[in-house]
Amino acid sequence: MWQWLHPYAKPEATFHLVQKLLPWFLIPGLILSAVALIWGLAIAPPDYQQGESYRIIFVHVPAAMWSMGFYVAMAIAGLLALVWQIRTAELALLAIAPVGAVLTFISLFTGALWGQPMWGTWWVWDARLTAQLILLFLYMGVMALYIAFEDERAGAKAASILALVGVINIPIIHYSVYWWNTLHQQSTVTRAITRLEAPSIAPDMLYPLLVSIVAMMLVSAVLVMKRLNNEILRREIHRPWALTYLGIPVVQRNEE
Amino acid sequence: MLLQGRELQSVRGERVLFSNINLDVASGQLWQIEGPNGAGKSSLLRILAGLLPAQQGDVLFQGEVIQQCREVYYHDLLFIGHKSGIKPELTAIENLEFYAAVEGHEFSTPPYDLLAQVGLVGLEDIPAQRLSAGQQRRIALARLWFSQTRLWILDEPFTALDVDGIAMLHDRFQAHLAQGGAIILTSHQDLHSMSYPVHRLQLRYQH
Amino acid sequence: MSKPTQSTRKPVASGQIFRQIIRRDLRVAMRQRSDLLNPLIFLLIVITLFPLGVGPGPDILGRIAAGVIWVSALLSAMLGLERIFRDDFRDGALEQLMLLPVAVEFSVLAKIIVHWLLTAVPVLIITPLLALLLNLPIQAWGVLWLTLLIGTPILSAAGAIGVALTVSLNKGGALLSLLLLPLLVPLLIFATAAVEATLAGVSPAGPLALIGAFSVLSVTLAPFAVKAGLRVSVN
Repeated sequence: MWQWLHPYAKPEATFHLVQKLLPWFLIPGLILSAVALIWGLAIAPPDYQQGESYRIIFVHVPAAMWSMGFYVAMAIAGLLALVWQIRTAELALLAIAPVGAVLTFISLFTGALWGQPMWGTWWVWDARLTAQLILLFLYMGVMALYIAFEDERAGAKAASILALVGVINIPIIHYSVYWWNTLHQQSTVTRAITRLEAPSIAPDMLYPLLVSIVAMMLVSAVLVMKRLNNEILRREIHRPWALTYLGIPVVQRNEE
Repeated sequence: MLLQGRELQSVRGERVLFSNINLDVASGQLWQIEGPNGAGKSSLLRILAGLLPAQQGDVLFQGEVIQQCREVYYHDLLFIGHKSGIKPELTAIENLEFYAAVEGHEFSTPPYDLLAQVGLVGLEDIPAQRLSAGQQRRIALARLWFSQTRLWILDEPFTALDVDGIAMLHDRFQAHLAQGGAIILTSHQDLHSMSYPVHRLQLRYQH
Repeated sequence: MSKPTQSTRKPVASGQIFRQIIRRDLRVAMRQRSDLLNPLIFLLIVITLFPLGVGPGPDILGRIAAGVIWVSALLSAMLGLERIFRDDFRDGALEQLMLLPVAVEFSVLAKIIVHWLLTAVPVLIITPLLALLLNLPIQAWGVLWLTLLIGTPILSAAGAIGVALTVSLNKGGALLSLLLLPLLVPLLIFATAAVEATLAGVSPAGPLALIGAFSVLSVTLAPFAVKAGLRVSVN
């Protein structure tokens, strides 16, 4: 297929590539996170309706966005693993899943926190939270399926199939949940959340939001990359390149 | 040349079972895959049957990679692995009727004589779950007496057979080979003193 | 004596193999009749629990009837799902199925159809009873039945995917539910929406059409995912 992708089918090549890319994600990620937090929490003006508590969107919205984005990335990794038998893609899927699940959980947690001070309820079945909850189950299913297999490679293949089935269903689930929500009573929480995410959001709030979105992506990507490299190292530990990287002297073996 | 294996490698978990295995099976040949337990004999049979993908290498049926000619290959293949493939809720006759029907073969009369060949007289019409495991395996073996496939891949076909049964199976093998069929099998039985030549492939246990 | 190099047998028609699979599986199911009844009895018990838990007021029951019936149908379908491949996996019939000279997807479709016949048809038959027990207003009975008719193939098809992925595992049960229930949320939403629309005097055509579309989509696409899952599990 794409020729440039081929060398990275070997875990070793990917490992070194990821090592090189890591600082480019980590440093901007940390800086932008700091910027986004300060800007969003301290500098941006309070909302005319919700006061200070709206500020949680700077964590909630990026987490929600990327929880979905990472699922798609995970499904793409699954596709590469299944169709082109790329070993590294299997490891990528395993690296992404927990990070995506945590992002989903964060979006759920912050979404719940958001509703509490305003309307005195810790949970609301609005479209976004419901869809995120289902997404969390999708992530958990992929992870649970992988763990249930004794043969780790079979588990990775099964998880890939499930991730692909899930990704096809996500648009359908989203559409149906949002539709379901409009069908039943529209709560003020829903309308408030929707309004803040609408294009008419004030620039004073929009810019820090954009920064936090990028920051969240970079930091989450760093976590995925680190996990991926750990997995690669763990599986390749008996190979000479891995031993060399770790500074362990390579004992010459007859077979190689 | 009926079936060929080219540089087959199998990996289970992190362990390489075998590497660079080559096999050429022609009409009229019987091949025995030998090796200690855990050496990958069953995995090799499953790879040859197309059930398990090989880590590396190809299996060719009549010169074509089996992934490309799957239906043609399976039209001519009979595989009996560790599990018999017999539904316990159905009788021996009903089980055989299914396997005959999917080969396009209709029994004109219920196959009592077939089941007699494998020593199941009087047990043909009761649900297979009331038979012993060995007897259930013999129902599966009865397929060898009506199947018109040319290639047989059999994992331990002699287990669960008594002396008469073993002799009958040898006769059946001989007839099959004489008609141009081929057989690949594993067995703990001693096949040295047979009236047909036995080709051997040795798998060594890899650490 | 020259030996033929080409097989002289005519290949068997796919339709014949398809029919044989259905015939054999139905026969096997008939020998285990209790297995057929259990999910049905479970369904009835769950439905009976709701009035006991929620209170017997006909208006409340009537309003939640469609949702309760559908959730119960989903749960009892989970119970009956294992039958699609698990027994075949244990006795080796599954790998023999994958060695038939037809596309595996085709054989899988046959098994999905058998599953639907064995699990959905009994539910369709007792639907009027369920609707009666939960005081569903009679004008919605027809639509409820339609949602079940059109929607249950999705249960069998999606269920087959889940079973194919987990058939070789010992855990099974709860894991299967975790995998499948998120995927079945749209079905639940649209099925209950169709009934509610009818009760509100609005046409249920929209949700029904959507369920129909999902049904066709899942039955045609599921066999491919099932085959991929089986190839992983069978080894």
